[in-house]
Amino acid sequence: MADAQKTAARVVPDERGRFGEYGGKFVPETLMNALMELEQAFEEARRDPSFREELYGLLTEYAGRPTPLTYAERLTEELGGARIYLKREDLNHTGAHKLNNALGQGLLAKRMGKKSIIAETGAGQHGVASATVAAKLGLSCQVFMGEEDIRRQSLNVFRMKLLGSEVIPAVSGSRTLKDATNEAIRHWVSHVDETFYVIGSVVGPHPYPYMVREFQKIIGEETRSQILDMLGKLPDEVIACVGGGSNAIGMFYPFIQDESVALRGVEAAGLGVDTDKHAATLTKGRPGVIHGSLTYLLQDEHGQVQEAHSISAGLDYPGIGPEHSYLKDTGRVTYAAITDAEALEAVQLLCRTEGIIPALESAHAVAEAMKRAPQMSKDQVLVICLSGRGDKDVLTIQDALAPKQEGDNQA
Amino acid sequence: MTTTPANRIDRLFADRSRKRFIPFITVGDPTLEATYQVIQGLAEAGADLFELGIPYSDPLADGPTIQRASQRALKNGVSIKDALQLVVRLRDSGMEAGLVLFTYVNPVFQYGIERFFADLAASGADGVVIPDLPVEESGPAVAAAQKHGVHVISLVAPTSDARIKMIGEQATGFLYCVSSLGVTGARSELRSDLTDFLARVRESTNAPTAVGFGISTPEQVRTLAPHADAVIVGSAIVREIERYESELRDPATTGEAVGKIKNFVHQLTSALQ
Repeated sequence: MADAQKTAARVVPDERGRFGEYGGKFVPETLMNALMELEQAFEEARRDPSFREELYGLLTEYAGRPTPLTYAERLTEELGGARIYLKREDLNHTGAHKLNNALGQGLLAKRMGKKSIIAETGAGQHGVASATVAAKLGLSCQVFMGEEDIRRQSLNVFRMKLLGSEVIPAVSGSRTLKDATNEAIRHWVSHVDETFYVIGSVVGPHPYPYMVREFQKIIGEETRSQILDMLGKLPDEVIACVGGGSNAIGMFYPFIQDESVALRGVEAAGLGVDTDKHAATLTKGRPGVIHGSLTYLLQDEHGQVQEAHSISAGLDYPGIGPEHSYLKDTGRVTYAAITDAEALEAVQLLCRTEGIIPALESAHAVAEAMKRAPQMSKDQVLVICLSGRGDKDVLTIQDALAPKQEGDNQA
Repeated sequence: MTTTPANRIDRLFADRSRKRFIPFITVGDPTLEATYQVIQGLAEAGADLFELGIPYSDPLADGPTIQRASQRALKNGVSIKDALQLVVRLRDSGMEAGLVLFTYVNPVFQYGIERFFADLAASGADGVVIPDLPVEESGPAVAAAQKHGVHVISLVAPTSDARIKMIGEQATGFLYCVSSLGVTGARSELRSDLTDFLARVRESTNAPTAVGFGISTPEQVRTLAPHADAVIVGSAIVREIERYESELRDPATTGEAVGKIKNFVHQLTSALQ
């Protein structure tokens, strides 16, 4: 715990909410006061022992934390290199890491006296987490979701409704996470006095990237102490998938100062980074402003935001958290990209060797580990952040694998 | 010797006894030629200053009407460069109204801040409204604008509260007073506390004030005009342009369509004084 606090003292965004040059508050004036109030409320809450206690109580007694760190013995044997451990965020209540942050922000909303929360969602995991928190804390909840994602993730849509939330389709643009976020911001601007906007990733204007990191860093803090307990040493490498980047920041942040630990973020390469169908923001984008934050962005020469593509709805986002942009530029984290096809391979391998169906998002991290582990020695340790479970994706996976099973080779 | 301000916004508001009318239209909706013709028509209908919207893929301060206009213009590939060329063409035609671009911040960053303000001034435009660039982030843009003699128009909202004073003190050109929470778009009713808000803003600033967001009818213009130096109407005019989209696309019927839009705007400008 003392260690974790020491690391938390460093690389905080500055008072303007900048991580190096990235971040900031590029939002309409109407929202500025709300962001300043949020910043103040969050700072007070995180220092308040009763808030921390209440959140910790929910994380342990409701969400089921700490999540296990599982030695993936058969996956390790199959790949023939580094010892692989899985941080099991898939076993968190609601099936993904998203609940850690939704609980934190939900409690903060309640503390600020807000009666309703709104959220954006891509794959539906953050929407489900927000709907869950709203039910648990007695708040009303509206979730904005792209029409295309509603189609891809119908099970999660039903889940949110079952939990008592309203799901509002976003019909503009590519009808995915980017557009759901636009609609959520528009709604927030109109209802800023009474509504708390629960952003689901380390994106958006300050203080969101910072606040969401603080609520997610429990992933890395647990992992760090679990691996020290199990092996008496730190891992050599940690891999996490990156869409907006909240599971990755949550996992990486407590390791930032451990220079012996290589950190690797994995973006979605979609059909390939040299096609126009990918979501590899750090690999192919350049700095720009999206959703209130200066960060790497997929955009054309005029600064129009480009549509992203990934088989995984949670990674299908043309921006990325500003702290990742900073970590890329400083070189502390390296970023790779994994294609749809490679992610599907990884889903099947993890199912077959470990009896775990990973979310398509998390499968990108597994796929990168399939490349990395064989290059590492058997006494080295590699940790994968398994950010979510794949139940929500089984129909997508079934569809994607169907042609191959019929012998119809996709080029 | 009396000096005439070089910037047309300053020139326009040198006389504050008259109330001014500021229409917003999206450049290239439905075509660049139609935009040119509509601006000429609205100037004849009494528009004093134009807000020329550069279409953006993710206009998060805009409601559905201006989002659709943006989409139509983006299909024509309209960019900052096209808007600047339109300004040049308007100035060449003798247009004396103030011309202010309205753009989200990312296209300006990609164009380059210094280059943007140099080209803006060179084109004959007078300023720019950047709705997602609050005062805290506007330093480099304001410095470049000052250097080139144009204005970055600040916005102030009913939720600005304690920020009103800070924003009011820094405002140049005019101060854009956001009349309703939320995105752009016509509203049937305006906030009841709007006049209080406008009074607070006017106390905090020496800059002229322009009120906009949600204003669509002559009655609303009449009600608000006494409380500001100018009234801004956007979505209600863009809706008219949308209504006559096919006529505006056809050179044979453009003139007639412009006439109808002009009549609509004339009702608004007539309600001003």
